[in-house]
Amino acid sequence: MTTLTAPERGAASSTSAYRRFLSRHISWVPVFAAVAILIIMIAGSMAYFPNFQLPRIMSSILLDNAYLLVLAVGMTFVILTGGIDLSVGAVMAFTGILCAKLLGDGVPVAVAVPAMVLIGAAIGLLIGVLVQFFDVQPFIASLIGMFLARGLAFVVSLESIKVENDGILWLQSTRFSFAGWYITPTGIIALLTVAIAAFVLRYTRFGRTVYAVGGNEQSARLMGLPVVRTKLSVYVISGVCAGLAGIVLTAYSGAGYPLNGVGTELDTIAAVVIGGTLLTGGSGFVIGSMIGVFVYGLIRTIISFSGAEQSWTRITVGALLLLFVVVQRIIVSRSALSR
Amino acid sequence: MKKFLTHRLVWPIAALIALIAVNTISRPSFLSITVQNGQLYGSLIDILRNSAPLMLVALGMTLVIATRGIDLSVGAIMAVSGAVALTIIEASPEPGNLGVVMIAIVAAVGTALLLGVWNGFLVSVLGIQPIIATLVLMLAGRGVALLITKGFITTINSDPYQFMAQGYVLGLPFAFYVSIVAVIVVGVLERRTALGMLTEAVGINPEASRLAGVRSRGIIWGAYIASGTLAGIAGILYSSNIMAADANAAGLYIELDAILAVVLGGTSLAGGKFSIAGTVVGVFTIQTLKSTITFLGVPPAVSPVFMAAAVLVVVLLQSPRFRSFFHAAGRSAARPLTRRPDAKVLS
Repeated sequence: MTTLTAPERGAASSTSAYRRFLSRHISWVPVFAAVAILIIMIAGSMAYFPNFQLPRIMSSILLDNAYLLVLAVGMTFVILTGGIDLSVGAVMAFTGILCAKLLGDGVPVAVAVPAMVLIGAAIGLLIGVLVQFFDVQPFIASLIGMFLARGLAFVVSLESIKVENDGILWLQSTRFSFAGWYITPTGIIALLTVAIAAFVLRYTRFGRTVYAVGGNEQSARLMGLPVVRTKLSVYVISGVCAGLAGIVLTAYSGAGYPLNGVGTELDTIAAVVIGGTLLTGGSGFVIGSMIGVFVYGLIRTIISFSGAEQSWTRITVGALLLLFVVVQRIIVSRSALSR
Repeated sequence: MKKFLTHRLVWPIAALIALIAVNTISRPSFLSITVQNGQLYGSLIDILRNSAPLMLVALGMTLVIATRGIDLSVGAIMAVSGAVALTIIEASPEPGNLGVVMIAIVAAVGTALLLGVWNGFLVSVLGIQPIIATLVLMLAGRGVALLITKGFITTINSDPYQFMAQGYVLGLPFAFYVSIVAVIVVGVLERRTALGMLTEAVGINPEASRLAGVRSRGIIWGAYIASGTLAGIAGILYSSNIMAADANAAGLYIELDAILAVVLGGTSLAGGKFSIAGTVVGVFTIQTLKSTITFLGVPPAVSPVFMAAAVLVVVLLQSPRFRSFFHAAGRSAARPLTRRPDAKVLS
């Protein structure tokens, strides 16, 4: 099609190259938009707030949102298949407080941490089985997982449990600094999760199947792809991420608390959507979700910088989410027209 | 008998009856209703009264889900509605004046209606997915409510307003009448006119129904407006019950309870089929479950586990595959296909 229309455009070759680039990377466009908005926001804040030091602020945003980043990675997998996982905040709270309790009872870190990841995986598997084998809507199935995990968190303890284990505290207290930038092991865990997930989605057969299932489940099935296994796997991955996020959050706050992560599932979904992943599935990137988490974190930082009230934080987050969704909607309808 | 067993309200009602039976066995006074000063008292009356806000919200949610949507913003709309009403009453020199209260209620419900218009606009005109379109208001709505109350928990003292949730008429709580009137109005509109059928048509396939001449955009929009308005009334009942507008706590998680009530009542989240009677049963089930959990001495914090278990059982019972698994195990001879209504015509 490009070769046919190219002669008509003639001199405007730069625009056609631009259009060709866009049409080939149409699914990346929302991510580019998110990056652009992130850069504009950073530039604006640096101009407006004199004590806005880029390395320090960005490092602290990564530090403060490491758990959200881990959750967003798992959520991206689920949303890519067209599902949704509302249980992540509650699973994070449950694994976080159980981890704190086990460590307090003298269980070694080498046992407690893998156990938490396994518990996350088990809850994810439960949701996946409900979705896949009993035709329960992902929304309802993950809601069951949410109630279950939240209740279990309260069963473990009604109050916060302080962590005094050196291994867990090390995750947060160690800082590797470089020219004003700094990172903690929790930040490294979050970035590693992003890197692994990006690799899996881009270069493995499983990753391509995830996109295929989200694009059109029926076609994927007819092509002989392992749809059932893939859909089960994404919920397990999301559960694993939630378990990991529980450990990260426990390290970050130095304690487990059963009310942690109330509403975090919606923050996670918002970050993933801001990062350009379509809720209908089939299109999106883990890198986009990372950008989404940064945008989300930066909004909150800016608002706390400007000393605005909690009410404006919420309204701004809602308005920005709307902006992204509308932009996405326009992009999607355009790309649908061009086909 | 077979027809009776396959009716879609059988399982929801069975679940409710089972719950009531468990309650009555563990606490025989559960069913007893006493009369004091011409007012009825008892656990069942409490359930009727406390279920009113959830009933209103779930009713709107049923309509939205019937169009294949979902409305996550109902809790936030409740918070805004309560904040508007109480701010108006607080600002007036006579908080006990019936006229002032009426104005406050009308303004609050009007605001909720406008928020429903906003949701409907995003979904039906801009074509944004319902879960995200309403998530916007869910995130921003409580911020708006906080703005209205200036970040404080507004408390008032007004007898007519207090009557909304705590008053009694003819021995029964006034809030119960509000919810029943809403059920009747929605039921008549949806089932005695073609509106219900059109709503289901839109839910099954919006594009096909549009091509068939159904004004699907208007019907979807209307469902969100109805949901917003009903949530506004629920917000008034909630704020009247505690006589305070708490932007953070009002209607917290009610969207999840409402969705559960709708699903427990047998309405599919896939849209296209809804049952108002089912929603009513679902609401009573959830409210009874909550009262059971409280009575059994389960710490309120642990109650989510019980909720999860109960919902899991009901959802599995409603799962066709789960049921067919037991059918196949029970009697392999009777093929479900022959029970289809059109089977007679074919044979």
